[in-house]
This record gives sequence, C-alpha cells and structure tokens, in this order.
Amino acid sequence: MRILLYHLGNYFILLTKVFARPEKTKAYYRQFIQEVNNIGLNSMGIILIISLFMGSVITLQTAYNTESPFLPKYLIGLGCRDSMILELSSTMLALIMAGKVGSNIASELGTMRITEQIDALESMGINSASYLILPKIVASLFFFPLFTILSIIIGILGGWLSVAITGVISITDFNYGLQYGFNPFYITYTLIKSVIFGFIISSVSSYYGYTVEGGALEVGRASTKAVVYSSINVLLFNVLLTQLLMS
Amino acid sequence: MIRVEHLTKIFEDKLVLDDISCTFDKGKTNLIIGQSGSGKTVFLKTIVGLITPTQGDIFYCDTNFTQLNHIQQKEIRKKIGMLFQGAALFDSATVEENVMFPLHMFTDMSDKEKIEHVNFCLERVNVTGANDLFPSEISGGMKKRVGLARAIVLNPEYLFCDEPNSGLDPQTAILIDELIKDITDEFHTTTIVNTHDMNSVMGIGEKVIFIHQGKKAWEGNNKEILNSDNEALNKFVFANQMAQELRKARSIKK
Repeated sequence: MRILLYHLGNYFILLTKVFARPEKTKAYYRQFIQEVNNIGLNSMGIILIISLFMGSVITLQTAYNTESPFLPKYLIGLGCRDSMILELSSTMLALIMAGKVGSNIASELGTMRITEQIDALESMGINSASYLILPKIVASLFFFPLFTILSIIIGILGGWLSVAITGVISITDFNYGLQYGFNPFYITYTLIKSVIFGFIISSVSSYYGYTVEGGALEVGRASTKAVVYSSINVLLFNVLLTQLLMS
Repeated sequence: MIRVEHLTKIFEDKLVLDDISCTFDKGKTNLIIGQSGSGKTVFLKTIVGLITPTQGDIFYCDTNFTQLNHIQQKEIRKKIGMLFQGAALFDSATVEENVMFPLHMFTDMSDKEKIEHVNFCLERVNVTGANDLFPSEISGGMKKRVGLARAIVLNPEYLFCDEPNSGLDPQTAILIDELIKDITDEFHTTTIVNTHDMNSVMGIGEKVIFIHQGKKAWEGNNKEILNSDNEALNKFVFANQMAQELRKARSIKK
C-alpha cells in the first residue's frame, strides 16, 4: 500500500511538472511532430493488421457459434460492428498499444535518463519533464481516437471480407446487421475511452521511463513495468468508464 | 566565481558529501579530484543544482543558488554550460542539431545566424564536416568535443566538465584538456572539472580540490600537489609503481 501511494504521489508530482508552462512553444511543436511520427504513423501498420484479423475472427466465431434457427443471421454483422466499436477497437487496441507505444516511451526516456541526457536538459534550465513528456501525451491524445476510428473501419472490413470469402452467411444479411439498431452514442463512448486510454498509456509509461535509476537492466525493467501498469490501468478504467457512461 | 559553504549531502542514511567549503575562481580551471566513489560527481551535480543538497549554500557570485526558487534557478542555469561524462548528446539529433539546441531554446537568432554560430563553436573544438552525423556515428573523443561545443554555444559564465577525458586515449585526453583550458582563458569562464586523471591535474590544474570519502581533504594547485604531506592525497597521486619510484627518487634527491 505504501509503495502504491509512493508511486501515485510521484506520478502526480511528475504530471504537475509536465503541465507547467512551456519555455518555448516552437521547440515543443518540433518535439510534437517527432512524436506524431513515433507514436502515430509508426503504429498504423500494426493497427491495420490487428484490426483486420480481429474483425474477421469475431465474425467467424459469432457465425459458427450461433447456428440456431431462432437467431437471425444479421446478428453476425451486428455483433461484429458492436464488438469492434464497444470493446475491441478501444480496449483491445489500447492493450496492444500499451505494449508497443508504452514500452517504446519507457525505454526511450529510461535510456535518456541513464545516459544523462535528461540531466543535460535540466542543467540548461529546461523543464525536461515537460519538454519530453508533454509532446508524447498530446500526440497520444490526438492519435488514440484516430486509431480507434481506423480500427473500427478496418475491423468491420475484415468481418465483411471473411463473410465474402467463406460465405458463412450472405453479404446482404451481414450488411443488414451492420446497419441494424445503430446507437451513435457508442461512438462517443469509445472515443472517450480511447482518449483516456491514450493519456494513461503515455503518462504511466513516461513516469516509469523518466524515473529510472541505475543502468540498462533497470531500463528493461521499467519498460516491462510500463506495459504491465498501463495495461492494468486501462482495464480498470475500462470498467469504471463503462459503468459511468453506459449505465 | 562560485563559493560553496558547508555543503552536505546525505542519500537515505549514507553521507556522501561532508561539510565541504571552497571557492572556484573565475577565469581559472578548477579541478575536483578524488578516487572513484569519493563523491566528486555528486559534488559537481549539487553545485549545478541537479542534486539538492541536504545542508549548505552555493553562491554564484553573490547569489545564493540554494535559496532561489525553481524559476530563479533556471536563470542561473542559462549561464551554465556542462559537459557530461558520456557527453550526453541527444541520440535522435545530429551533431549540428545537438549544438544548436540551446540556441533554439533560449535565443531568437535566425536560422542562418544559428548555423553560423554552431559552425563557429564546432570549429572551436576542432570538429568539422560532421554536422550531419548522429552521435552513434562519431568517436568517443569527438562526442566529448561536440558536448563541449554545446556547452559553450551560449557563451556561458560557468563551465562544468564531469570526467571529460574518461574512456579516451591519452593523446585525445590531452587535446580535450587543452581545449577546456583555452576556452576558459578565451571566455574567462569559471570552469570546474571533475577528474581522476593525474595528467589533467598536472596539465590544467590551476586550482585543485581533493575530495576523500566525501570530505575536502586538500586544496592547492598543480605545482603544490607533488609536495603535499596529505597521506590520502599522496596515495591518490602516487598510485602506480612508477609514480611511487619517482617520488622515492625525489625524496632521496632532497
């Protein structure tokens, strides 16, 4: 419990440093553009692949496990759409991104810490926490909702393709299911979740990377911790947000 | 000038710096020497403000650095240039971008002016034609020189160097020492160099402070150091066999 409070306290102290007034906005903008590349564009490929297969598998699983005459076929399309929108494209994707982006952030900052690059920034009178972490958080807040939207589209496309290739149900039934009983709030819900998950992953991973002490071994440990604690927080906040937004 | 008064640093229950008081003179290369683990780096980083002291005061001219708030400390730090042990160059930036970084952050120079100034500093430390290389593509000695160029790019009043020639061959180490000395004379900076290299001590030690087990054990210059009676200092200075024999020979001669 003491360790939890210690880390929680240090995490919020770090956040106050991160959100301090930037020294020079132009320099931060340059960092932001770099993070757009690191966090955003470099993650597109994995998101496309994972979403395509998630959509495809969820469609086939639903089709093969609901072979009942009492259940209409269009439910498979509806199931694919709602699974992608409500959980897979936000929560599942966040867990995957915690692995990719989280470990990347923690190891980058950890390496900067042990090679004294962070000390170099501080010795120049630069708020290193803000300069290094704020652009990562902003880029994550900007890109995670975008990832989610992209994942929903690609996931549904994956489902549609699997139906078209295997013929497990007719395309007409699948398309009907996709359009059936659509609730626009689901999109708002998933976007809210993705913004919060983006913040959690970038800030928690930054915390573990920024506070590394020791050598290369500790950077590896920090990277693992960043992924584990980001994932746990994503799952915890998923439950909280679902209860808050859907009840 | 930098003045340190009764500086003490305790990490958890380990006393690392024990009541150190000294002054570092302007326009001189001031050396902090001592064995590995004696507290040199903690001392240097405490003076720069990277480590908060447990007790004591640090004065930059007459300003008490330890009494300043974070924003006021920042203003002093803008007058500081620091060369780190591993050079601490930013991996994702080229040599030119590394040296240009402080100019981006603290000046309103045009891009052309920045490049001219960066090239001047790189030439000053004898690095030419490496502007577009990344730190991973240059040698250790070159990294140190680029680090030094970055440290002097804002014409600092205070220059700190943490083990500037560790891991370098003797010839390159002497070159780095000479550069530090020349820059100190040229810019009239208060330079503090952390080292355990006796070649540096003899070459550029205009003022030498010996730290032993966290305490200031001796203070003097490179001319006085060989004749000191301090036992711990003598063990450090005459550490190897050859130096000991030299010392014996000197005492016989006397």
